[in-house]
Order: sequence, then structure tokens, then C-alpha cells
Amino acid sequence: MYKKLIEKLKTEWFSNVRADILAGIVVALALIPEAIAFSIIAGVDPMVGLYASFCIAIILSFVGGRPGMISAATGSMALLMVPLVKEYGLNYLLVATMLTGVIQVIFGICKIAKVMKFIPRAVMIGFVNALAILIFMAQVPHFIGISFMTYIFVAITLAILYILPKFIKSIPAPLIAIIVLTAVSMAIRLNLQTVGDLGAITRALPMFSIPNVPFNIETLKIVFPYSIALAIVGLLETLLTSSIIDDMTETEGDKHKEARGQGIANIITGFFGGMAGCAMIGQSVINVKSGGRGRLSTFVAGVFLMFLIIVLGNFVVQIPMPVLVGIMIMVSISTFDWSSFSYLKKAPRSDATVMLATVIIVVATNDLSKGVIAGVVLSALFFVAKISKIEVIKQNEDQNIIFNINGPLFFASVEGFVQSFDFTVKDKNIIINFANTHIWDGSAVGAMDEVIIKYYENNNKVTIRGLNSTSKKLVDKLAVYNNAM
Amino acid sequence: MYNNMLLAVDGSENSLRATQEAIKIASLVKECIIEVVVVVDFSQSKNDVLHAHGKEELELSRRRKLSSIEEKLKLGNVSYKIKILRGDPGETIVDYANKGTFDLVIIGSRGLNILQEMVLGGVSHKVAKRVQCPVLIVK
Repeated sequence: MYKKLIEKLKTEWFSNVRADILAGIVVALALIPEAIAFSIIAGVDPMVGLYASFCIAIILSFVGGRPGMISAATGSMALLMVPLVKEYGLNYLLVATMLTGVIQVIFGICKIAKVMKFIPRAVMIGFVNALAILIFMAQVPHFIGISFMTYIFVAITLAILYILPKFIKSIPAPLIAIIVLTAVSMAIRLNLQTVGDLGAITRALPMFSIPNVPFNIETLKIVFPYSIALAIVGLLETLLTSSIIDDMTETEGDKHKEARGQGIANIITGFFGGMAGCAMIGQSVINVKSGGRGRLSTFVAGVFLMFLIIVLGNFVVQIPMPVLVGIMIMVSISTFDWSSFSYLKKAPRSDATVMLATVIIVVATNDLSKGVIAGVVLSALFFVAKISKIEVIKQNEDQNIIFNINGPLFFASVEGFVQSFDFTVKDKNIIINFANTHIWDGSAVGAMDEVIIKYYENNNKVTIRGLNSTSKKLVDKLAVYNNAM
Repeated sequence: MYNNMLLAVDGSENSLRATQEAIKIASLVKECIIEVVVVVDFSQSKNDVLHAHGKEELELSRRRKLSSIEEKLKLGNVSYKIKILRGDPGETIVDYANKGTFDLVIIGSRGLNILQEMVLGGVSHKVAKRVQCPVLIVK
């Protein structure tokens, strides 16, 4: 028994040590500005996002189901927290985080990953695009209309972020941008907003504490809608990221384990003063690209992040906001799916509509979960409309009139079905061929009855052909036309 | 003689011409096997996964990009097999070529990525430099 455990440890943790450690360090460096920026989006102290990233990454390195994937505080989750934090404050957010974790664990146990296949890709693309747009919009109050110097700094940041990687590949550009520009702004007394203006950076490890809220139904009612939205969005982004990492590494992760792991991570994170998070597409891709494959890379990312904060916390408060804004703009540009424009041209009208609807609803409500739900519902309606096209082809053969039915017969297609028959004929031999169709429900059987009985009323003879076994079972159970014979 | 050839493609016009040359050589040799290799760049993974619905459709859409190349190979009556690899195109092709026992590597001079490939394609340049067997670059 021990041998198996040790084997597992070796493959999942220690099969790629050097690359994992290096990749983890790269990820941590890129993660710091993001965690801070997402905290600011949510309206909380930068430490909340940093503690969250630290806890979530480390916990998931142990209980996650997709080695190599990076989870931390994210933009999609941060955006959902804004109204809760504004109205009720940090403590309620921490409770919401714990509840999100609980919901996710339940979802994970119920194998919700299987439900993913019902989410159409138009909705996923809409989700990703809407997220990119929301992240960009969240930056606007931090750089539009503040000062000329702000614009310059954002521009310089973007220039560094996009040009430098062509020359220096080993050190992440965001880090260089931060170091250089913070040094510049410290040396020259520019009137720029800094991270310190929006929150304090405490150079201490997170501590266990129970949030200061009344533990009653009131609190639950306040927090529940947020937690459900967070749970859905978190799992959605996590499962999408998981698929991407599966493809990049050509290995298969355990989606159910990951869902449960996300839940466990969020529950514990809430107790340590962190906000809810989930897997990050951007950072996970960076991790794998940098050579990270095992759980060690995620673990190192979390640990190194905290280490940097403790050691360099004083420096972090001096980081000018425009630099973070620039980094977030880059994140939003790389999150956006630019091939969506050609997708809109090539995809069927219904898919394109669903995608656009998802994006519009998310941006209008500032809530990713509402957009996803709306998108799924819209997509389902389109689907029903599409398959409810039933064809009735008439052919005259000798003395018989043969009707060939193509397409599924169910509640949404019965109207088209019944209307396709001409019931004015008398004394004819009618053959209805069901070989290319399927009877799905009671409405279908009812429609069949209606057609047959109407023909009987005009003294026609009706023969039924080609029912497949499932259809026949349903017809035998429910049909009444036999009684009319 | 060139019995075991590696043909690196990416679905571009250029790689189609490379396929043409590979077929020409294969027709001269009796038992020639062409191994066709496509490298999926990491950043493509995100795009592909997002647009496909499930693993099966993903594999299918990737193979479809190779359909014109496969057609040519079938017409040329050549025995071939297709391998889809992942990672940085240049490095992955070089590693794969050097790990196997290939007599010749055939690659197009410019692929799909116009930005990176100014003069001689970045990937084909890397391959020409670091692969241990002869390399045929098709223009």
C-alpha cells in the first residue's frame, strides 16, 4: 500500500522538479500584480487577494485534480463580489467565500463536471469575451480622467509588456515593468496613485479567524445568491481551464476531484482572510509554457508569492496604479477571444446570437453567471426550435398514399406534423412510414392518434410501418387509435 | 536511400508544396514511409479548446486542417502516418526528428505565422540548424 502512495507522490510531485520550481516562480511573479489588481476590483484590501492566492494555490496543489493548473484570486470572481463588498463589507465576503466552497464541494460530489457538456461553446466564448470586457471596464475609473502622467505610465507599461518579451524571455515582462516603473516613480516625485493609496500591505502570513458576522438566516440570505454565482462561475472557468491544460499536456485531469478541491480550497481560504478564487487560464498556460507540469509548480507559486510579499511588502505599496492598470489591460486583451470575429461570420446564426446575447447580458448586469444562464437557456430554445422541424413526404404508389415522416416527433413538432396531412380524402389506403422518425413523448403519440382517427372518420384504411422499438413501446402504452378501429 | 522521411506541416500553402516534394521523393523509393508531423502551439490550445465541443471534435477539427495534405498523399499512393505533437513548433520538430531514425526532414520555408517569419521561416531555420539528418526546405 505504501509503495503505491510513494509511486503516486513521485509522479505527481517530483517527476519534474527543476522545471516545476522555475515555472512556479515565474507564475508567482506574474501573479502578484494580478492578485492586487483583482482585490482592487473587488473593493478589498490588496492582502485579501494575496492571501487568497497563497491559500488557494497551496491547498489545490494537494487536493486539486489537474496538476499543473494554477488557481488563485481571479477577475471573474472579483467582479461578482463588488456589490456584496460595497454594501456589507469584507466579513460578509469571507462568509460568502466559505459558502461558495461548500456549494462547490457539493457540486463536485454530484459530479457536476458532467453537466459541462451541456454548455454550448457559444456560451463559453461569450463568457470569456465578457470577462475580458469587464476586466477592461474595471480599469477605466483608475486611468481615465485622472492625470496626463497616468496615461503616459499606462502607455509605457503596455509598451514594456508587449515589446520586452521579444528580447527577454526568462523574466516575465509584468515584473520588469513593475520594478522599473516603481523605481522611476519613487525617484521622480510624480503625482501618481499607488497601491498603498487603495489599501495596506501587511507583511504577515494569513491568520485563522472566524469572520465577524451574525450567524443566522439573515446572513445566509444575504450571502447565498453571491455564493451560488461564485460557485458556478468558479467551476465553469476551472473546468474550461482544466480542458485547456489537458490538451496542452496531453494528459487527462480528474474534473470531479478538481471541483471538490476547488470547494475545499475556498472554504479554508475564507477562514484565512482570502476571497474566493478559481483556476486561471492565463497563469495556467504560462505555467505549462514555462515547463510546469506537476503539483509542485502550483505549490511553489503559492509559497513564493507569499515569500515575496513578506520580503518585499514595503516595495509593493509603492507600485503606481497605472502600472497595474496597464497589466490588467494586457490581461483583458489576452483573455479576449479574437477569433470570435471570424467565428461570428462562420458560425450558424443561432450560435452567433447566443454568443452575443451572453456577452451583452453579462456586460449589462456586470454578472457573469447571469450571462451564462441566459446563454444556456437561449441555446436550448434554439436547439428545440431547430430539431422541431418535421417533414412529411407524400407519395402515391398504386392504390396507396404513402406518407414518409422525417425528423423527430415530439411536443414541439406535433403542430407541423398534423398540419401536413390532407384529411379530406375518403376510402383510401393510407400507409404512414415512421422508419425515419422517433416518437419521443405523449404529445407525439397523441398527434399520431389524431391523424389516424381523422383518416378513419373518412373511411380510410391506415397502416403504420417502421416504428422503432422504443417508439413502438410508447405507442403501445399510450395510443388509442386501436380502439377506434 | 531516403526510406524514412519526416514531413513537418502546418496546413499552410507552403507545407502543401512541401508535401508535393515529399511525394516526389517517395515515388522514387520502393518502401518509403512518410511520417507527417503537425505541432500544435500552446497558445493554439486555448483557442481550439474554446471553439471545439469536447475532445473528439477537437481532434477532428485538427485533422480536417490536414485534409488537403492527406488527399495529396493518398493520390500519390504513399504510405504515411500522421502525428500531432504539442509545444513550440521549432523545438518540438527538432526534438522529434533527432529522437527518431529519419533519413530526411522536409519542411516548408514559411508557415502560417507571417509575423515571426520575415526572411527564412523561423521554424524552418531552427530545424535546418539543429536537426541531425539532411533537411529539405521547400519554398
